[in-house]
Amino acid sequence: MGKGLRQAYYIARKDLRAYYLKPPLISWGLMLPIVFILSFYLKNPQGISEVSPGLVGMTTLFSTTSMAAIVISFEKRIDALERLLMAPIQLRTILFGKGLGAAAFGFAMALIALLLMVFIFGLRVSHPFSLFASLVISCFAFAFLGILISVGVREVFEAMTLSNFFRFPMIFLCGVFYPISSMPIVLQVIGFCLPLTYSVDALRQSLLSHGGMLNRWLDILILSGFSLMLFEIALAIFHKRTQEPN
Amino acid sequence: MDKNGIIRVQGLSKRFGEIQAVDHLDFSVKEGEIFGFLGPNGAGKTTTIRILVGLLRPDSGMALVNGYDVLNEPVRAKESVGVVPESSNLYSELSAMDNLIYMSQLYGLPKKNWRGRAEELLQEFNLLDRKDGKFQGFSRGMKRRLTIAAALVHRPGILFLDEPTTGLDVMSARGLRGVIKNLKKKGVTVFLTTHLIQEAEDLCDRVAIIVKGKIRIIDTPEALKESVRETEVLEIRPTPVSQALPGKMEALPGVDKAALVEDRLRLYGKSLHGSVCQIFNRLDAEGVSILSIQTLTPTLEDAFVKLTGVDAEVMRVDKPVKMGGPG
Repeated sequence: MGKGLRQAYYIARKDLRAYYLKPPLISWGLMLPIVFILSFYLKNPQGISEVSPGLVGMTTLFSTTSMAAIVISFEKRIDALERLLMAPIQLRTILFGKGLGAAAFGFAMALIALLLMVFIFGLRVSHPFSLFASLVISCFAFAFLGILISVGVREVFEAMTLSNFFRFPMIFLCGVFYPISSMPIVLQVIGFCLPLTYSVDALRQSLLSHGGMLNRWLDILILSGFSLMLFEIALAIFHKRTQEPN
Repeated sequence: MDKNGIIRVQGLSKRFGEIQAVDHLDFSVKEGEIFGFLGPNGAGKTTTIRILVGLLRPDSGMALVNGYDVLNEPVRAKESVGVVPESSNLYSELSAMDNLIYMSQLYGLPKKNWRGRAEELLQEFNLLDRKDGKFQGFSRGMKRRLTIAAALVHRPGILFLDEPTTGLDVMSARGLRGVIKNLKKKGVTVFLTTHLIQEAEDLCDRVAIIVKGKIRIIDTPEALKESVRETEVLEIRPTPVSQALPGKMEALPGVDKAALVEDRLRLYGKSLHGSVCQIFNRLDAEGVSILSIQTLTPTLEDAFVKLTGVDAEVMRVDKPVKMGGPG
């Protein structure tokens, strides 16, 4: 493993050890998706499989972005982020390490949601390999979205509030509960500009083997593009922020 | 500039909007010395340290740290230095041991050395019995010691300390000064910033006095004191104490400068002894009684006041403490 990757791994590992029990993570990253899943199950136990891709996608989005908000904005508030900046580590490696920790947390939460639906609600997975790939890439895309949001703010609550500004509209615009095709054209255009759309589309095909607007591998490719773009924008803002007076 | 300096700075400037934080700084630090940056809050000390450790890019000028250009080789420069920021910013959720192991990981120490190096430092900083205690439960003094220990995991030749004793009680501050002196004995070059004149006098081999982003003078504390030796210093304890007193005293012939230091009035002048009667008469006319009076040997504080014109009281003001920051 290269030096930079090793440093990113240590940063991610420390974040996971230190922050997985922080209250915003439990409430926004874990409780909210579970509440949604149970609500849908109780309303229509037979129809849970149809909304499962959306629920898994939403779980990934909320848990990953919540972790990303914590690992950046909380450490900024207590000055601990500066500890990383003082170490011989590239800014790119620091942000990647932070994203890696958030993505790993989101992946674990998505896995819990999936297992819950497989073993309790009887969901069957059609394409495990593309499911794994779409989950991993979705986690990175959402982690870098969360990082992008939190590098621009100073407080944890600001990061969580700003995250919700993006997260809640995505639930309605990205095909989580309603097909995008049934929405007005303007909302469809907005939906196609958001990463959750491609995440849910790839997950739908991987889990249910039907539906989907694009080829699932194209969805994964677009999500990779989102990850790269969000990471580079976050890096540029992070670099600018480090040059401001303390 | 000394070409052999382990830290070499030339023409270093940095501006934040309308504020010129540092203005064409030139200095060098010799290997193995304790070099102090002394100045009031807002003088540009922290900005300088942040540039030297690669956190900030200067607008102009150059800085070489251990032979590495901090602008072009920041990662190499960071590998050779340890940094103790003003706030004790280790990870509150991690134990003392885990914080040090994490630092070893970030600085690329071999895995087999992580635990051993951490235990060695915990022993050295008298924290071994608290190795499993979380950082958030430590006292300010313990946090400070652990933060210094964390900066030393990779055995750097240069240690940057930003306001090392700010916010500490007297005993902790004294203990920490002992730690810094020990580091010098081990050959570590120490660059420290402080707004505490006494601290600079106690610790530093050389001191750079910085005010409003500019270095006024660089010399040993002894030489700085010597430079004001020809000045007589008279310290009067007046009652009542009035902020207007220094101004009124400076109007008297023979009094070059007057300043309030806590509840004492200090008068400086080349021929102060010839003005004693006028001083007494003026105080009497102002309705001020004298509780005590003494002549003083010049201290670094006197030299600072004379050289910078900055009131020593200004130097005693600590920076506001950030919420959740320093501990």
